[in-house]
Amino acid sequence: MLKGRNLIAPNDFTVEELLEVLELAGDVFRNPQNYLDVCKGKLLASLFYEPSTRTKNSFDSAMLRLGGQVIGFSDPQTTSTTKGESLADSAKVVSQYADVIAVRHPKEGAAYLMSKYADCPVINAGDGGHQHPTQTLTDLLTIQQRLGRLNDLVIGVCGDLLFGRTIHSLVSCMSRFENIRFLFISPEELKMPEYIKDDLTRKGVPFTEMRDLAQAIPQVDVLYMSRVQQERFVDVDEYLRLRDCYILDRAKLEAAKENMIVMHPLPRVNEIAVDVDADPRAAYFDQVKFGMYVRMALIMKLLGLR
Amino acid sequence: MINVSKLKKGIVIDHISPGQGCKIFQALGLDQLRDDAVVLMCNVDSTKMGKKDLIKIETDLDLNLDVLGLMGPGITVNYIEEGQRVKKIHLQLPQKVQGILQCKNPRCISTVEKVGPITFTLVDPEKREYACEYCESRTTL
Repeated sequence: MLKGRNLIAPNDFTVEELLEVLELAGDVFRNPQNYLDVCKGKLLASLFYEPSTRTKNSFDSAMLRLGGQVIGFSDPQTTSTTKGESLADSAKVVSQYADVIAVRHPKEGAAYLMSKYADCPVINAGDGGHQHPTQTLTDLLTIQQRLGRLNDLVIGVCGDLLFGRTIHSLVSCMSRFENIRFLFISPEELKMPEYIKDDLTRKGVPFTEMRDLAQAIPQVDVLYMSRVQQERFVDVDEYLRLRDCYILDRAKLEAAKENMIVMHPLPRVNEIAVDVDADPRAAYFDQVKFGMYVRMALIMKLLGLR
Repeated sequence: MINVSKLKKGIVIDHISPGQGCKIFQALGLDQLRDDAVVLMCNVDSTKMGKKDLIKIETDLDLNLDVLGLMGPGITVNYIEEGQRVKKIHLQLPQKVQGILQCKNPRCISTVEKVGPITFTLVDPEKREYACEYCESRTTL
């Protein structure tokens, strides 16, 4: 039962609960006309203490498409925070008139703090470098809708694996499904953190670390790309040497399976060449669309409306 | 060899790693006691440990066992009455602690908001690492 619950981290939900949300999201995707008025009379507070146009638009669109309404802000300078109001008090106050809160905050643990004081469900829309569970739900729905399964997958994640919050959540969440194997493709400087690898080892989930994207491509069912940022490198020459190794283009994709998918949390810079966009395996713009559907499903579940 | 007489009533904190005694003495606030006799013995011969530290308290204080467990999981606490040991507790790392550890992550919300005592949960007993309830970053004592 998800009614009244919070979503702070992807692992707050059991696999069965995740599948419940994904099943509803899949139905919203296929039959959006059946959900036009489900949230009529309900209010989403989207509280963005740091800018994130994409995520805010996705949450707001989700509520509006369900027939609900939205209040909130995308600039904390316009709120009582500037008068010194605590986050706990803000949560208590906003939850007196909203039915559900989506919060983004630059500090880690902020959404959890609000969930302790709010009188309505709180959804973490990103808390610093910590968690971004609705992005993970988005990724899961994309994989499920495009490949028809969440089990029996080889998942390659490529780029900045050290600081990539989205990738950490995805790996942690996908490791709960059956027969998953990971390929971690990154430069030495941006390898997957030890605690994530330790967790996989404890669960008996196989993974391989590699430097070369081209070597990984023929093996993967899902290729999840992320940006390698120059500022992460101590040695600029090293960055220049490695930069192109982590750019996916049409030529590299030649070696990939026909039914694999390429994902990216967006925005991309240059890590996926524009010529990949027309390839049917490119799923990153679908992700945006699925993000809205999965947020619609989540809102309905937390409000107990489906 | 310095001799300290047997306790008639009180608590003996035994099997403290050499060098830890002083820290535990302070962490338990024993330096604040005004009326009760307390003895800290350092580098005492031990058949089990080679050397050990030891604390004897001549009163029945309500000790914070979480602090003790966190500082030295091998420590034993012996409760003495009428010169006899009536209870012995082998301390282990506590599963959850509150009010002892602090989150060291500068990006944690607890660094900018008043959040009250933070609960830390044991996540790696080998490394004695605890996770902050807010940001989940790991910390040790």
